[in-house]
Amino acid sequence: MRKITYAEAVNEALRQIIERDVRVFLIGQGVTSPWYVGSTTVGLINRFGPERIIDTPTSENCITGVALGAALAGMRPILCYPRMDFMYYAMDQIANHIANWHYMFGGQLSVPMTLWSIINRGGEQAAQHSQATQAIFVHIPGLKVVMPSTPYDAKGLLFASIKEDNPVVFVDDRWLYHHEGEVPEELYSVPIGKGVIRREGEDVTVVATSYMVYEAIEASENLDKEGIDVEVLDLRSLKPLDENLLLKSVRKTGRLVIVDGGWKTCGVSAEISARIAENDVFRSLRAPIIRVTLPDTPAPASSALEKVYYPRAERIVAAVRKILEK
Amino acid sequence: MNEREQDFLASDIPTDILRKMYVMMVKIRKFEEKVSELLISSKEIITPCHLYIGEEAVATGVCSNLEEDDYVFSTHRSHGHFIAKGGSLKALMAELYCKKTGCSKGKGGSMHVASAEIGLPGSSAIVGGITPIASGVALAFSMQKKDTISVAFFGDGAAHEGVFYEALNFASLKKLPVIFVCENNLYCTHLPIAACLADTNIYKKAEAFGMPGVRIDGNNVMEVYKVARRAIEDARSGKGPTLIECMTYRWRGHVGPYDDLDKGLRSKEELDYWMNRCPIKMLERFLIENGIMSESERDQIHKAVSGEVEEAVKFARESPYPDENDLLHDVFK
Repeated sequence: MRKITYAEAVNEALRQIIERDVRVFLIGQGVTSPWYVGSTTVGLINRFGPERIIDTPTSENCITGVALGAALAGMRPILCYPRMDFMYYAMDQIANHIANWHYMFGGQLSVPMTLWSIINRGGEQAAQHSQATQAIFVHIPGLKVVMPSTPYDAKGLLFASIKEDNPVVFVDDRWLYHHEGEVPEELYSVPIGKGVIRREGEDVTVVATSYMVYEAIEASENLDKEGIDVEVLDLRSLKPLDENLLLKSVRKTGRLVIVDGGWKTCGVSAEISARIAENDVFRSLRAPIIRVTLPDTPAPASSALEKVYYPRAERIVAAVRKILEK
Repeated sequence: MNEREQDFLASDIPTDILRKMYVMMVKIRKFEEKVSELLISSKEIITPCHLYIGEEAVATGVCSNLEEDDYVFSTHRSHGHFIAKGGSLKALMAELYCKKTGCSKGKGGSMHVASAEIGLPGSSAIVGGITPIASGVALAFSMQKKDTISVAFFGDGAAHEGVFYEALNFASLKKLPVIFVCENNLYCTHLPIAACLADTNIYKKAEAFGMPGVRIDGNNVMEVYKVARRAIEDARSGKGPTLIECMTYRWRGHVGPYDDLDKGLRSKEELDYWMNRCPIKMLERFLIENGIMSESERDQIHKAVSGEVEEAVKFARESPYPDENDLLHDVFK
């Protein structure tokens, strides 16, 4: 099968989805820019015009409400936040309005929209252009959250998100954009709420999402040389979470290292730990769970600090070694 | 308002519409008075109710120009809009009782009423929150090449919120078919408008965004009707949005059945002034003096509406509460 990059997969998915469904349109700051959202939207404006590829004033809160309104009137908007940090401006529309709309009115109206946001860390961009805030959205009832890692899943989960009758937060990481992988030319869906085992192993389960899956795989390859057999589980969706797959893997290995590109406290890794602690599988743990996450600090600018801020394969390797010592 | 002005305003409003608007305002008033009575006399309604008494002309005058497939969005002060857009009194009262038969199945309460079938897809208690949503509906309508429009009802408090200005900008930028109807009742919860806005002329905010803004007497339903009609026609024909600031007054406090006078939040003189400018009495006088409605017809209308309200209460009382199993339903479709 042909190989394309993650960014090309997103671009192709957007093009094919907008082409096939008149209800779908792309809106948000930077969607006609050649650089603001990587190369993910290149060519779309020429193909579909400004009526369906709507670049906007910053106004994140307003534009989020606009997309919600359009969804209520029968459209299926894809709303782009070029930096995840900017979503904070839109938290009222996301948390008070979009997430509540279906429940608050007794299930009368659903909000079929995709909130596509991009984590943009690294490059000395510091605290307001680097955040990975997926845990906040996972916390809010009424939102689904997906975080693909491969080009294949990016295309398939984007299509699934747009077909979904509920609001889906689709989180990209710019560090994924150049990664290549096999991607079918036609449209297909990857089911929301289903994880996948990227590497089977017996000794330790390493669970990760998005870009951290690559670091986990690199770690597992390094550990393989030491005779340590790591299972890498890519959750793909954070909500709903594929708890069955997680429990099954932990039951088998008895050891769990959780890798998340967000903060530690009350983060995704805390939720995953709790799911294990609440379940009978807890009894089969042979060592305490270890979490590999960002420290509870804002993102620094200096590369010297970024190097220790963002977890890489070495930290996962160290965590796996440590968990095996117990 | 003198007689000549009223005649001018009424000149091209068909008499059947004038009569319908009268019935509608009476319906809203009697419904709200009943809710007020229930809030005081019983514990049957617990959900916080922000009553619309005194402001009936705004929802009525605007909605009388709308079709079923036009959308309106409402606020925490939602009952008037719901009724004026054609909502069922039974479904509304049952929602105030938080019963399963309520328009939002008992999950929304007074501040979150919606009825997709009448074109009221939601109401938000976050001040200003519906202004971009109504604009988004308008964006969808124009993408769909429909001539339907959308209306955002909101209070003067929305003009304290950044999102309101963002929405005015976006709607005007894209020439969206949306009408921004500000119900300026002079108070944001407990605080008078002059303590909140550096410039209290809300209609003038429109100018900054290159769109028309107009201030009108929100207690004169004929004026509301005519001004809204022009704005709606403009929106339907692609001329873009209008901001209409309707000067009005809520007779009751921000929330609940009482008038807040004892709390020292406003003066009796002020309340008396506005009660003397009752939107229903003003139209009633006009209709009777001009022979459009007789006194006995008026009495019949009041009797029929009271009966309808009583039926709504009966329906709400007799309806079941949501089942405990309903708690976890409707989070997702």
